[in-house]
Amino acid sequence: MKQLSLLTARGISKRFGGVHALTNVDFTINHGEIYGLIGPNGAGKTSLFNVLTGIYACDGGTFNFDGEPLDGLKPNEVAARGIARTFQNIRLFQNLSALENVMIGRHVRTHAGVFGAIFRDQRTLAEEAAIEKRAYELLEYVGVGKHANAQARHLAYGDQRRLEIARALATEPKLLALDEPAAGMNATETQALKNLLEGIRRDGTTILLIEHDMKLVMSVCDRVLVLDYGKKIAEGPAAEVQKDPKVIAAYLGGEVSLNLKRA
Amino acid sequence: MSARHKKAIPARVWVGVALVALALAALPFVAGLAGQAWVRILNFAMLYVMLALGLNIVVGFAGLLDLGYIAFYAVGAYTYALLASPHLGIHLPFWVIVPLSAAIACLFGVLLGTPTLKLRGDYLAIVTLGFGEIIRIFLNNLNAPINVTNGPQGINMIDPFAIGGFSLAGTTTLLGVQISGPQKYYYLLLLITIAVIVINLRLQDSRLGRAWEAIREDEIAAKAMGINTRNVKLLAFAMGASFGGIAGAVFSATQQFVSPESFGLFESVIVLAMVVLGGMGNIPGVILGAVLLTLLPEVLRSTMEPLQRALFGRVWIDAETLRLLVFGIALVAIMLYRPAGLWPSAVRKRELEVASK
Repeated sequence: MKQLSLLTARGISKRFGGVHALTNVDFTINHGEIYGLIGPNGAGKTSLFNVLTGIYACDGGTFNFDGEPLDGLKPNEVAARGIARTFQNIRLFQNLSALENVMIGRHVRTHAGVFGAIFRDQRTLAEEAAIEKRAYELLEYVGVGKHANAQARHLAYGDQRRLEIARALATEPKLLALDEPAAGMNATETQALKNLLEGIRRDGTTILLIEHDMKLVMSVCDRVLVLDYGKKIAEGPAAEVQKDPKVIAAYLGGEVSLNLKRA
Repeated sequence: MSARHKKAIPARVWVGVALVALALAALPFVAGLAGQAWVRILNFAMLYVMLALGLNIVVGFAGLLDLGYIAFYAVGAYTYALLASPHLGIHLPFWVIVPLSAAIACLFGVLLGTPTLKLRGDYLAIVTLGFGEIIRIFLNNLNAPINVTNGPQGINMIDPFAIGGFSLAGTTTLLGVQISGPQKYYYLLLLITIAVIVINLRLQDSRLGRAWEAIREDEIAAKAMGINTRNVKLLAFAMGASFGGIAGAVFSATQQFVSPESFGLFESVIVLAMVVLGGMGNIPGVILGAVLLTLLPEVLRSTMEPLQRALFGRVWIDAETLRLLVFGIALVAIMLYRPAGLWPSAVRKRELEVASK
């Protein structure tokens, strides 16, 4: 039987010199969820992403992903296990085409080596064709299909964010970790992003979402984790968390009520 | 990318290919009219094409600056020299040693790559520079206590390439046509060079080639997308080194003499200049760079002294000095006016445009 929880974090801590970026953070993400991660600027959200994906080593605590610990894995090993991410400041391969970006995402699930590349045997040719086909499909899936041959750098901002999602999806993740995908998007683009996220979840991928756009978070996330100064201050269904006085205090200094109810 | 999905190739292309093939086949005889020295220069041009393409994998594709590349050329050359000369009394055939040279150079590539994986840019350049010198100094001094490399005297009387009784050294008369040693070697080199070019083109347009490009563009993103950057970078060093090793072995067989002198820092710099001037990451550009930088000094050498005599009645600056001077000026001019190289790859050109904004 499949476990209910996909990712369990226990006691995650990370320090940079004297700064406690993360202190003893616990949370659990269930299969098929869209799990929100929110908090004021500097709360430790991106640090948590970097620790989770192996870019930083954590100073304490463990992640258990899909039944196995992630301790000490390098970023590429984490990706191979099935966690793909996007970056807060888009990190596409800017000078390559949109298609090539997604094709590179297929790397971890394909096998051709030096000899395949040189001799181009049937298997390698078939694999290459499959990589290209899948890349086109993913570009269509996120809605940038018509820009397949454009340089990543020349895509509109929103399209770059979508392309980064397509590249991450190309690695066939079980958990897709998105770092502020709606940043810089207008209302229409954000709505389209929301539809995309719901589609990805429907197709079976669990999503971890860092986002500042509260309207998006509250409408799309099943549960939300709130960080402040590297500590967990609340976790639970979106509707409950937004009423939590500690959350309101963290965001607004505790004096004004948070007007999110209509979101 | 889409070049792989070829439709029927039009007859025009075939005619073009046939014409180029014919020109390449006739070239050593045309050059032979101006003297066998020019045929030797053509052969050197092809050796440099192989070297530059090998270095292009490391510098052009993966974006790792390597200033000691000539070390692998030396390793290949000495592998051949030791296994096919009276020095150790071993005489293995060419076709056995060339793959062996590639393998040993590859091993040295990994040896250099492993400790330098975490280094980038300037730091990597300094370490690789040191590595190149270490190899040369070893070759220079490994004549005692056991004489392995014969020290600064080098190894001579190396076996030429031969099949049965047919040797590529010396002149043969075939169907009434005299074919010199360098001319015969030209065809061997041409075959190997074409193979190296095809392999490079295929590597570039493959899963591995894309991984190299990804690392060059953004190493952190490449890692996050599941690319094992350590292995893929090592592979770039190993593949680049292998081509250096092949070129070295062929050099040994062509010259029938090797000494540490041939593998100095200046050679590394020249090969790097070929890659950078031609157009980093673009295979046709790198080939152009290698051919130009081999031919240009020789053309200057043969024209500058007669020119000075004609203009001033005497030689003011000797050809060797002037050659380097003009060479230097040409390099500076190209870097100023065509910083992405004479024939840049589309991607690299964009990178440089962004960087200069």
